[in-house]
This record gives sequence, C-alpha cells and structure tokens, in this order.
Amino acid sequence: MSGFLDIKGLTLRLRGGPTILRSVSLRVASGKVHGLVGESGAGKSTIGKAVLGTLPRAIEITGGEIWLDGVNLLALPPRERRRRIGATAALIPQDPLTALNPSKRIGPQITRRLIDILGWSKADANRRARDILDEVHIPDVARVMRSYPHELSGGMRQRVLIASAFAAEPKLIVADEPTTALDVTVQKQILRLINEMRARHGTALLFVTHDLGVVSKVCNSLSVLYAGKVVEEAQMHRFFTQPIHPYSRALLAATPTYLDPDGSLQPVPAEVIQEVETEVHQHAQRAGYDV
Amino acid sequence: MTLLRALFMRLLTMAITLFGVAVVVFFLIRVVPGNPIAMMLPPGATEEDITRLQALYGFDKSLFQQFLIWGGDVLRGDFGTSISLRQPVSELVLGRLPATLELSLFALVIAILLGGLMAFLGTLYRHSMAEAAVDVTSGTALSVPDFLWALVLILLFGVLWPVFSISGRVSPSLDFDFATNFYIIEAALRLRFDVVGHLLGRSFMPALALAIPLAAIIAQLLKQSLKETMHLDYVTLARTKGYSETWVILSEALPNAVLPTLTLIGVQFTFLIGGTVIIERLFSYEGLGNMAIDAVINRDLPLIQGIVLLFAALFTVINLVVDMLCVILNPKLRHA
Repeated sequence: MSGFLDIKGLTLRLRGGPTILRSVSLRVASGKVHGLVGESGAGKSTIGKAVLGTLPRAIEITGGEIWLDGVNLLALPPRERRRRIGATAALIPQDPLTALNPSKRIGPQITRRLIDILGWSKADANRRARDILDEVHIPDVARVMRSYPHELSGGMRQRVLIASAFAAEPKLIVADEPTTALDVTVQKQILRLINEMRARHGTALLFVTHDLGVVSKVCNSLSVLYAGKVVEEAQMHRFFTQPIHPYSRALLAATPTYLDPDGSLQPVPAEVIQEVETEVHQHAQRAGYDV
Repeated sequence: MTLLRALFMRLLTMAITLFGVAVVVFFLIRVVPGNPIAMMLPPGATEEDITRLQALYGFDKSLFQQFLIWGGDVLRGDFGTSISLRQPVSELVLGRLPATLELSLFALVIAILLGGLMAFLGTLYRHSMAEAAVDVTSGTALSVPDFLWALVLILLFGVLWPVFSISGRVSPSLDFDFATNFYIIEAALRLRFDVVGHLLGRSFMPALALAIPLAAIIAQLLKQSLKETMHLDYVTLARTKGYSETWVILSEALPNAVLPTLTLIGVQFTFLIGGTVIIERLFSYEGLGNMAIDAVINRDLPLIQGIVLLFAALFTVINLVVDMLCVILNPKLRHA
C-alpha cells in the first residue's frame, strides 16, 4: 500500500554536527491520521518541518526521499518544491498566539494564498474564507475577518489557523502539537474540531504530539520516535493493547489514566532508556552515522 | 478625546522646546566672541561711530531687554532684518528652506532605497558571504562621516571621473523659470521631467554624501530586525503556503520588522538635516545650511537666530510625523 505521504529513509543532521533523524520511514495513507509521538527532542517536529520545507538552514538532509502525492519533493528544485507543498499541504501550527501576522487582518491572511498561489478570484477567495470560518464555528465571521490577531482570543486564533489550513483543500495537513499551547478546556474542543474537519474534507493528517491521550482519540496509526529513530510503527488498536517495543510500553506506562491518575504515572525506567540508547547506537554504527 | 489630548500635549511640548531653543541660541551667540558691529565698520572707525551704530541696532540695551524685544517680534511673526543681507530674515530663510528640504528628502529616499536593498539582500542570503559583504559595507559606510564621503565623492565623480555636477543646485544654462523655490517638486508637477532629471543629477552627489551613513544604519538595523522576524511562526507558516522567500521577506516580515527602523530614521533624519550645513557648503548648494555658515561668519545675529529656530521647528515636526506614522503602521497602537 503506498501512502499519500511516504517518507523513505529520511536522514538529517546539523551541518557539521550530529545526526538528528536516522533513516526515518513512515507513511500516511490518504484520508488517514498518523500520529508521531516521542519525547521533546526526539525529532518529531523536525519531520513535520522536513515535509513542509521549513527546516532551519542549519539542518541539512543527507539522505532519503519524501514522496508527497506521487512526487519526490527532495528531487524538485527549491522554488518548485515550495509551490508544490503550498498547493498540496498545509500546517496547523503549535502556538496560535504567534502564528498569525500581527500587522495583517484575518481575512487576507486566509485569502491571500488562495489568490496568489492557487489563482482564485478575489470574490471566490472571500466567499471561501467566510464559509470555512463558519465551518470552524467562528461567530460573527464578517467581524473576525476584519479583525487583527491581537483582537481575538487564543482559542479563536487556533480556529482561524485551522480554517486557514483547510481553506485550500490540501490533501495533507501537518498538525504540529496543535493543542499544546491551549488550556485544557479549549484543547478538547480544538481536537474535536480538527477531527471533524479532517473527516469532512477527507484530508490526510500527520499529527505531531507528545500526548498519547490525544493520539488515542484521533489517530489511525502511529510512529514512536526516540532520538531521531522510529522504534515502533503500529496501528492504533494494536499499539494500545500490545505494544511491542519496551520504550513504547514505558511511554504508555508514563501516561496518566483517568481512573488512577497517581498510580498510572510511571516515569520511563532507566533500564529501558539504556536499552533504547544501545539500540540506537548499534543502529548508528551499522549505518555509519556519528551520534 | 484622548487622541486630542495627546495631540495638545505634543503641541505644548513643541512650543516649550522652541522657546528653550530660542533662549539658548539668543544668549549663546551673544556671549561668544565677535560682534556684528565690528564686522560692519571699516578699520579706523571712531568710538562715536560704534556707539551710534550699536544704538541703531539696539545693542546698547541689556541682553534681557534685547531678548524681550526680539521675542515679542517673533511672536508677532517678525524675525527681524538680516544685518549682512539687509532683507527680512523670514523672507531669506523661507526662500532657502525648500532647497534644503528637497536635498534632505532626496537624501532620505536614497538612504532608504540603498539601506533597504542591503538589508533585504543580507536577509535573503543570510549566513553566507553575501551577508558578510553587507555587514562589511555598512560598517565601513557608517564609520566615515558624511562630510568625508562628500570629499570622496567630489574627488571620484567630480575630478577623476567627472560624470556628476559637484557645484550648485541648478546649472546656469538651464532655461526654465521657477515660480516657487521647490524646484524639483515644481518641475515634476509641471510635467517637465527633463528638468526634474537635471535637478536630481545636480543634487545627486550632495544627497548621496548625506545618504551613505544613514543608509548604513538602516541596512544594519533593518537586517537585524528582519532576521529576527524570519524565525517567527507566522513567517514559517507563510513559507508552507508556497510563497517565494523574496515574497515572504517583503510581505510577511517587513511590515513588522520595519517599525524600529522607522523610529530610527526619524531620529537620524534630523541629524541628516543638520549635516546639510557642511554638505551644502562643500557642494556650493544654495540652501539654508550654506546660508547658516555665511550668517555665522558675518555674525549676522538675527539671521542665525531665524535659521536655528527654523531648524528646531523642523525637527519637532519630523518627530511628530514619525510618531504618527508608527501609530498608523502598528495596529496594536492604533486601537490602544
């Protein structure tokens, strides 16, 4: 089965420095949700950035392929790659407070790309923006479109960003910890909204998060990342019932459950960390990376 | 309501500032050595002649009395008569002001274009040799003052490779009757673009000399702000939308990054106008600055006072305009 997004053996490293991703492969099927979990620093956001072409200049791609809608992005010249990504994928960013341009009104921030990149007419783009804002349950759409970002609450801004991501009907959306910066009550609504929008539009979703609880609610499958390496790739149900990798089991044990909040909070045991470290090292030695 | 109040407070501050400037300039030029009477009389004039002339110009009265007389006249709009040129100061000064304004604005435009271009290129090619080149160029440009740039330009493009005029505002051979002293603006409004071209060519060298240090400051600060802005989330988001890096810099980052630079330009523009005094002299440009130097040499006290007051008024107005621009460009301030 070939996915809509197909990452094969992606290897990244800091220019002249250590390797960040070690031969990462994962695929997201059309219309499916794939979770990407791991601790901070495991490289999950970096994968999202590589897909969307927003890696910092200090990071270089040393190997692998990123196939998006049947095209290997890494084989395209930069300008074409960017247009291609702009036309087929979109990002739901982490922090709604910093992801909107403070000097532009909300309306144009949604419509400009439709007009500039996809060549829509201004009227079409405006109609589309109104419809999509309506779809994410924004009250008083006309007023919001005229507003500047600082005039809206964090939850509202995240809705605007979700609407903006779906506006051009992308086939893939990368959601980079979309609920982490929000408070818990809003988190749930936003999560439900993303799920609802994704289902309605049939969009494939790469969901980057450190929160296994979130993953269990929205994802069909997931990859567990440790130190830049995929240690387990699994379907959702199988992962939660019988995780194979010891690190996955440890991660699950470290997640609080509703019924037993204290008892279920087990830190990842030192032996497991040791075990995974050894595994990563062996892999690195086999593949000839520096660690 | 609050806006009106703020505006009123600003006008009040401006009035107080101008009063302070008037006091300082009036007393300062009277305590420095040299006096206009001595400049007017031929050698060998008698004590009697001196006393008579001093009485005629009011120099026999106390400094304080002189200030009251002059201050009262100024409030009525009478800035006195130039001692050396024997014409009303207001007429002389306002006649020269357009020349200096046009030169300064031309220099400002050059500085913004040059500095903006450098900042843009430095941001587009950041962390590369091109950015280092921008840093080195702007650092060099900044460490040499405008009057030395003037000498360099005169030497290079006036003497060694004479492609630009280095003397005067208009060529004596120009066949064009100006109705106002805003030559460039007037020629443009009368659609005589050949004349506009001629005038811009004539003032290009002095304007460039004034512009180079300011362009360097703009390049450095704007590049710094742009680079910081390029890391922000909304810029990253714009990149994923498929825009080119050029478009991302100009449309997403620039409107937010430009605010500190704008404030700086406001402050530096007043320094630039101050720089016209020497630059106009070096290029024999018939502006206010050139007149100021003549006035000082001739100890023409009323004229010096008039010119300094006009400069001070100009500076306060520029500051006000810059503050208003910042409010207009920053939506957060606009609604506060």
